[in-house]
Amino acid sequence: MSSNKETFGKTIGFVFVVCLVCAALVSVSAVSLKPLQTANKLLDKQTKILETAGLLELAGNDVVATYNKFVDAKMVNLATGKVVEGDVNAFEERADARDITKSSKPENDMAGLNRRADNAVVYFVKNEQGKVSTIVLPIVGSGLWNLMYGFIGLEPDMNTVKSVIYSDHSETPGLGAEVLNPKWKALWPGKKMFDEQNNVAIKIVKGGAKAGDIHGVDALSGATLTSNGVERTLRFWLGKEGYGPFITNYRAGGVK
Amino acid sequence: MSTDTKKVLFGPVVDNNPIALQVLGVCSALAVTSSLQNALVMTIAVMLVTGFSNLFISLIRNQIPSSVRIIVQMAIIASLVIVVDQVLKAFSYQLSKELSVFIGLIITNCIVMGRAEAFAMKEKPGVSFLDGIGNGLGYGAVLMVVAFFRELFGFGTLFGIEVFTLVQNDGWYQGNGLLVLPFSSFFIIGLIIWAIRQYKPEQVEKD
Repeated sequence: MSSNKETFGKTIGFVFVVCLVCAALVSVSAVSLKPLQTANKLLDKQTKILETAGLLELAGNDVVATYNKFVDAKMVNLATGKVVEGDVNAFEERADARDITKSSKPENDMAGLNRRADNAVVYFVKNEQGKVSTIVLPIVGSGLWNLMYGFIGLEPDMNTVKSVIYSDHSETPGLGAEVLNPKWKALWPGKKMFDEQNNVAIKIVKGGAKAGDIHGVDALSGATLTSNGVERTLRFWLGKEGYGPFITNYRAGGVK
Repeated sequence: MSTDTKKVLFGPVVDNNPIALQVLGVCSALAVTSSLQNALVMTIAVMLVTGFSNLFISLIRNQIPSSVRIIVQMAIIASLVIVVDQVLKAFSYQLSKELSVFIGLIITNCIVMGRAEAFAMKEKPGVSFLDGIGNGLGYGAVLMVVAFFRELFGFGTLFGIEVFTLVQNDGWYQGNGLLVLPFSSFFIIGLIIWAIRQYKPEQVEKD
């Protein structure tokens, strides 16, 4: 093995050229495909928001146009519950929650977040008459294996549930992943998040909620920890460290 | 097609299957076989990566210094995998979300590296490319069989189309909880290896 391709200089040179070619290949594909990827990500999010608002069937194939027509996104400071200035399209909950300057540790971290972003983007979905018909709130909380991301849709009374839609999770297929089962999602509409004293009352009931229980939703069978996670996530986000101040503010007419 | 080409291209499907005989790439065969759709996308991805990595490595096989050959192969394979991942994210976002890390992990799939080292380093580019595609096919064949059983008996569907109505949806079929979990593939792959060796006894190792 003493052919001249084995010399030190040749080896270094060869490796250098290979690296250069590979790097060029990777960069070109990453940069040229970036716009498509961003569009896909946005489309995915918009689809979920429309689904939460019950507009997905109406949207048909034109998710973007429907979204632009009916949905109005606003950034909200969670601590004060007030609408703040901010680029709603550039907002990334996951990035903010990891940034110490833009997030805080919740006192009662029941959703298992560790850090919660200070701001959130909420979505006001209007009907044909231009009146707000659904408020879509993004939620996140621990399931069995990892954080589960999703949206809750509330009626303008900020109490009646329209839907609970998970968009991103890594729960066990067939058990926890049943949060995406249409039959389970169909249990949510009409439930009330709060009781008369305005305490968070929504709960997941093991063995099935009684008929007429306006606060109880059946647990997922075989997925106790995921079900608990869903309940804690909702309790956290509807509570005072979540959207509590925003909900109070909205009901008082403070959000235009 | 000449018999040689045929042998290179279709040999790995049964006679020299990368999973069943070479026992390479088993990890990813466990992870991505919960649905036929995922298995199909993974098959195509692996086929392309193996094919092109074999092609490129074979093209430069006479220039690669033997002291750094593994790392050079790795760099080429990794670049191809990143490209595949980017393309998938751009054109099939839902699937790339489901397959998540497993596309990236094709880099560590021993089939790709194994074929590069064992075949492409010695043979001409054309035949190396076919060998890569062939091994991708062999890998895919096993994946599809495993995914068929797992999706049908685990979820009651095939390519997402309902075949057995699950109890959760007011049907009669209780999904098999074992089959929805990755390790159940071990049993199915084991049975496949057994079946192939019954059919082709020459694959049985001598004691």
